[in-house]
Amino acid sequence: MSTRLGIDQVPDNNTSSHTGEFRDMFMGKMNARFRPLLAGAALAMIAYAGSPALAGTPADTLVQAWAIDDTITLDPAESFELSPAEFLGNAYDMLVRLDIDDTTKVKGGVAESWTVSDDGLTYTFKLKPGLKFASGNPITAEDVAWSFERAVKLDKSPAFILTQFGLTKDNVTEKAKAADENTFVFTVDKSYAPSFVLNCLTATVGAVVDKKLVLEHVAPVTPSDDYKFDNDFGNAWMKTGYAGSGPFKIRDWRANEVLVMERNDNYYGEKAALARVIYRHVKESATQRLMLEAGDIDIARNLEPGDLEAVSKNADLATTSAPKGTVYYISLNQKNPNLSKPEVREAFKYLVDYDAIGSTLIKGVGEIRQTYQAKGVLGALEASPYKFDVAKAKELLEKAGLKDGFSVTFDVRNSQPVTGIAESFQQTAGEAGVKIEIIPGDGKQTLTKYRARNHDMYIGQWGMDYWDPNSNAETFTSNPNNADDGTVKTLAWRNAWDIPQLTEQTKAALLERDSAKRAEMYQKLQQEALDNSPFVMLFQQTEVAGVRGNVKNYKLGPNFDSNFLAPVTKE
Amino acid sequence: MSSTETQQTAGRAKRRAYAIAASVASFLVIVVTTYLGLLAVTFFIGRVVPIDPVLAIVGDRAPAHVMDRVREEMGLNLPYYQQFFIYVKGVLSGDFGTSVLTTNPVMTDIRRVFPATMELATVGTIIGVAFGIPLGVLAAVRRGSLADQVVRVIGLVGYSVPIFWLGLLGLLVFYARLGWTAGPGRIDVVFEYTFTPITGFYLLDAILNRDWAAFRDIFAHIILPAALLGYFSLAYISRMTRSFMLNELHQEYIVAARAKGLSERRIIWGHALRNAAVPLITVIALSYAGLLEGSVLTESVFAWPGLGLYITNSLQNADMNAVLGGTIVIGSVFIAINLLSDVLYRMLDPRTRAR
Repeated sequence: MSTRLGIDQVPDNNTSSHTGEFRDMFMGKMNARFRPLLAGAALAMIAYAGSPALAGTPADTLVQAWAIDDTITLDPAESFELSPAEFLGNAYDMLVRLDIDDTTKVKGGVAESWTVSDDGLTYTFKLKPGLKFASGNPITAEDVAWSFERAVKLDKSPAFILTQFGLTKDNVTEKAKAADENTFVFTVDKSYAPSFVLNCLTATVGAVVDKKLVLEHVAPVTPSDDYKFDNDFGNAWMKTGYAGSGPFKIRDWRANEVLVMERNDNYYGEKAALARVIYRHVKESATQRLMLEAGDIDIARNLEPGDLEAVSKNADLATTSAPKGTVYYISLNQKNPNLSKPEVREAFKYLVDYDAIGSTLIKGVGEIRQTYQAKGVLGALEASPYKFDVAKAKELLEKAGLKDGFSVTFDVRNSQPVTGIAESFQQTAGEAGVKIEIIPGDGKQTLTKYRARNHDMYIGQWGMDYWDPNSNAETFTSNPNNADDGTVKTLAWRNAWDIPQLTEQTKAALLERDSAKRAEMYQKLQQEALDNSPFVMLFQQTEVAGVRGNVKNYKLGPNFDSNFLAPVTKE
Repeated sequence: MSSTETQQTAGRAKRRAYAIAASVASFLVIVVTTYLGLLAVTFFIGRVVPIDPVLAIVGDRAPAHVMDRVREEMGLNLPYYQQFFIYVKGVLSGDFGTSVLTTNPVMTDIRRVFPATMELATVGTIIGVAFGIPLGVLAAVRRGSLADQVVRVIGLVGYSVPIFWLGLLGLLVFYARLGWTAGPGRIDVVFEYTFTPITGFYLLDAILNRDWAAFRDIFAHIILPAALLGYFSLAYISRMTRSFMLNELHQEYIVAARAKGLSERRIIWGHALRNAAVPLITVIALSYAGLLEGSVLTESVFAWPGLGLYITNSLQNADMNAVLGGTIVIGSVFIAINLLSDVLYRMLDPRTRAR
């Protein structure tokens, strides 16, 4: 059977080529760089536009457009992506929460107070009395203990945030347990800095789950070598289900389509002002902008610089932003003999045109930052000694014996702003004689290569796992085993930067119980990285949103689980 | 009827039965080989792309032991041929595996995204046919006239303008500026509480629910992206209609009909188009199948949760079960539509019918 049946009879047309053409149109042959150009041309048309017809969203509902396709589960024990962090942050409560007014501190969530024993091993939390889950079930210390137990036993991606305190599948019921209805006792294996322990407990993996409700939905599992339990702790149901106590409850989630949250009237604190929040999955920045201008959404979350600028000029709209805990960097693989020379590492830090990148490529979406800790985290070092200086870089290269420069490859994923930054660096480094060959690739593809240490240079970003300086210190300045078969693939390992001393210092900072001293230790580590590391730090990401004028009190937090929506109102 | 005639008829019937059986058998062989080839090629391409599928599930930040466990759970540590064997065995028992991105069974995902694409493609094709055929006929009848040139230009624009751009422009003009149509998405959020999908074809669901307000809203949402896709199939259909019609209009039977004094309208619509309709069926079927693959860019601009976006997204994350499942569905759609157009073709063409 021919797929072009009957077409042989066509007289004066080469049909097969037409069919091909026709198909091509739907295959999306357009290259990524061409698209923004076209989008820009299309948007130029709006210069004519009068006031668009206003559709408007319901007065008691906040409608947000956001690319939410990274959400794969709503189970706090498993979820480890950005958009679900925001859903869980609003729909669940933890023992302690990040204090957004001073992000180096925490404040009580369901815990009213806590004490740390003198040996630093035992944390005793007193719960606020009379709390209820959205289901109406009371919140007890038993729920907290079971939430820890299921996270550790399920052992999904974020579980290490709890297991790093010495919790194992065998001891978790002993180490995290309810002393009485209102007292939860958490025992850690070393005398860690209390700030470290408390910061980790603000992560969504520490969310308090409604044990009674989830137990109604557990599914049986056949135990195996990898998983020794006979049930799934409600993991399958929790993928789309909800068993929390936050100001909002999750009503419905359809992957890549929509997520609906409703006000939780059983919430103990100040109730949410709006009755519901709806997230619509919209990927294109231009589409989001059109919807925002038309009033079909209240908030647009993925606006690119061009659309952002237009939104900020529109009298009916406003923008809001907050620095987030994600930093971008260029890294130099130390397996490359040229890149491993200290002078070359330093020279490269002088070859980034920080000012140009800051004022164009990342305008509105990031801020130049040369230290690896995000602004606002405990012990973040404020220093930016490097300026774009070709002469200085040349001098350093000459010292390294590379007077005539050298050639090197650069793996870059094809998305903005990293492509633009890589091209800028290629050009500025060229001025000092360094010939850079950019190897473009898909995000997951370049990452796979990077994780196998097969790159020369790589441009990447790192988001904090939890709001504590250890998260970034552990990846940038710790490398327990630099061997090729090392299992802890920190960023230092990925770039073969062998640093036994710094690794020890990073470990020691974890055990420093005086917060001020601990902060100092992290600053020292950052200074060391600033001077010697193979990481050319570029900028810290800023999250921006376009907001309709009638939306009040919409504020982005320092991380996604603290983008709190309860105070938001509409006029 | 003489006995020799009866024998002849019986012999002819027998021969015909053999012929049918042979063609069914050869068809089945072709289908099975096509599927197996499709599976093998997609499977091995998926395994050689330099992307670690485990990364897509657990993320860059997961500890090593979690990655290893997931790799083992997915069977990715086995040799390729074993993985392929396990996969084909699953498919034969109706199990297409689980998408690593959504953690749903692939068929559950496809049942969710395919109706969205199919609804859009169907409305788009209806628009394409409704406008494409008359325009093509017009162009053929007035060959060389201004009307012909206009249709040609419309077709050329349809061929050559990138759909992403045209989609944004459409949104700007008809949604943002004029407010004639609704914006991106399938349905307005205000229906989130009242509208429950049944079949996944929202227009149909609204009718089944007798929810006319929702129907109006869904229609307002679908009309712009569907018109856009319709425009592209219009461009193709009108070109093909024109050339088929020109071919027919030069035939002798048209001259005969004219000589007989039939009205021009009757000649064009009753005779010429009827004959041109036979090959047109294939053209329309192919264009419909093309739309059913899902148009990634249209779906992206209009925030349409369809098959095109699903497969693209899966491919970028090396979510091969989802890609394979999607490929099989598209392959099946192609085969089914070819079969259907084949049947229609035979019904419409008196020569094949008589044989």
